[in-house]
Amino acid sequence: MTKDQALFNYLLRLADSSLILSQRLAECCGHGPILEEDIALTNISLDLLGHATSVLTYAGKLEAGLPERNGKGRSEDELAFLRSEREFRNVLLAEQPNGDFACILTRQFLFDCWQFYLYESLQKSKDETLAALSAKFSKEITYHLRHSSEWMLRLGDGTLESHERMQNAMNELWMFTGDLFGTDEADALMLRSGIGADLTQVKVKWEKHVAELLSKATLMVPSGIFMQSGSLQGKHTEHLGFMLAEMQYLPRTYTDSKW
Amino acid sequence: MEKDTQWPLWEVFIQANPGIPHKHVGSLHAADEEMALQNARDVYSRRNEGISIWVVEAKFIKASSPEDIGSFFEPANDKVYRHPTFYKVPDGVKYL
Repeated sequence: MTKDQALFNYLLRLADSSLILSQRLAECCGHGPILEEDIALTNISLDLLGHATSVLTYAGKLEAGLPERNGKGRSEDELAFLRSEREFRNVLLAEQPNGDFACILTRQFLFDCWQFYLYESLQKSKDETLAALSAKFSKEITYHLRHSSEWMLRLGDGTLESHERMQNAMNELWMFTGDLFGTDEADALMLRSGIGADLTQVKVKWEKHVAELLSKATLMVPSGIFMQSGSLQGKHTEHLGFMLAEMQYLPRTYTDSKW
Repeated sequence: MEKDTQWPLWEVFIQANPGIPHKHVGSLHAADEEMALQNARDVYSRRNEGISIWVVEAKFIKASSPEDIGSFFEPANDKVYRHPTFYKVPDGVKYL
C-alpha cells in the first residue's frame, strides 16, 4: 500500500463517518422534541455534511493520482452516492438508528467526543490540507460536543425516566465504541508518516472525558460489553444498507439530476 | 385557558459588531440559561449575525402597558428642545 492509497482510505473513514451521521440526523428534521432542538440537530447535520463534502472532494483529487485509477478521481457526489455498503468506511456508531431522543443524544455525545480529540490531533497532521480542514472542523465540533454534553447532564441527571432512558441508550450503544479506535494497515502507515492521528492517545483522552461527564450526569460507564468491529473492512451493521438505499435513491435513479 | 406546558420563554439579544448595543432579535423556549444560550446560537446566529449573545428569561422583563402611553410618552410630544437637533453632527460619526 502506497502512502497516497493509505491517505485515500484514511480520508474515506473520516468523511464517511461524518456523512452517515449527517444523514441519520437529517432523518430527525421536523421531528425534534422542540423547534429549537430541531434546528440544533439539523445544524449539526449540515456541519457534518460540510465536513464530509470537503474531505471527499480532497479524497477524489487524491484518487486521480492513484496508479489503478488512470488519472480519474471520483467527485464528492460520486463517492457519496455511488459506492455500496461494503465500500463505506464509516464508524459503526454513526449508522445506528435514531431510536428515542436519548439514543440520538447519546450517539451524538460519544461521536462528538471522538471527533473532538481526533480532529484536535489531526490539526498537527503533516498533510497541510488535512491539518487546515481539521482546524476548521474543530470549531464546529467544539460546539457539537458542548451541545450534546449539556443534554447528557440534563437528561442523565434529570427525572427517573430520563435517567433510565439515557442509561439504556448508553448500554445499547457502548458496544460500538470500540470500533471508533480500530486501526488497520492504512492507519499504521498514516501514523508513521505523521499524517494520521494516534488513536491510542485519542482513546485515552476520550475515555477520560466520557467517564468524567457520565459521572457528572449520574450515569454508569457500561462494563464487560463485547465490542463490535468491522467497519474498517466494510462490514457494517444491518442498518447501513437501508440508510444508503434511501440516501442514494435519487442520484442513482435519476443519474442526470442536478440540484 | 390550557396550561402552558412549554419551557420558559427567553428573549434573545445579539450584538452584531464590537462597540454597538445588543439588539433584541426574538425569543425562544429553553429549560435553563445554558440551553437558552445554545438555542439562541442555533436559532438566531446561523447567518453570521453577531459576536455576542445575551439571553434573559422573559418573566424578568418588566414592561410598560398600553395604558401607560398617556402618562409615559405623550408629555414629551411638545418638547422639541429635548432633541439634539440644534447641534451639528461632525462628519464621520457613526451609530448616532
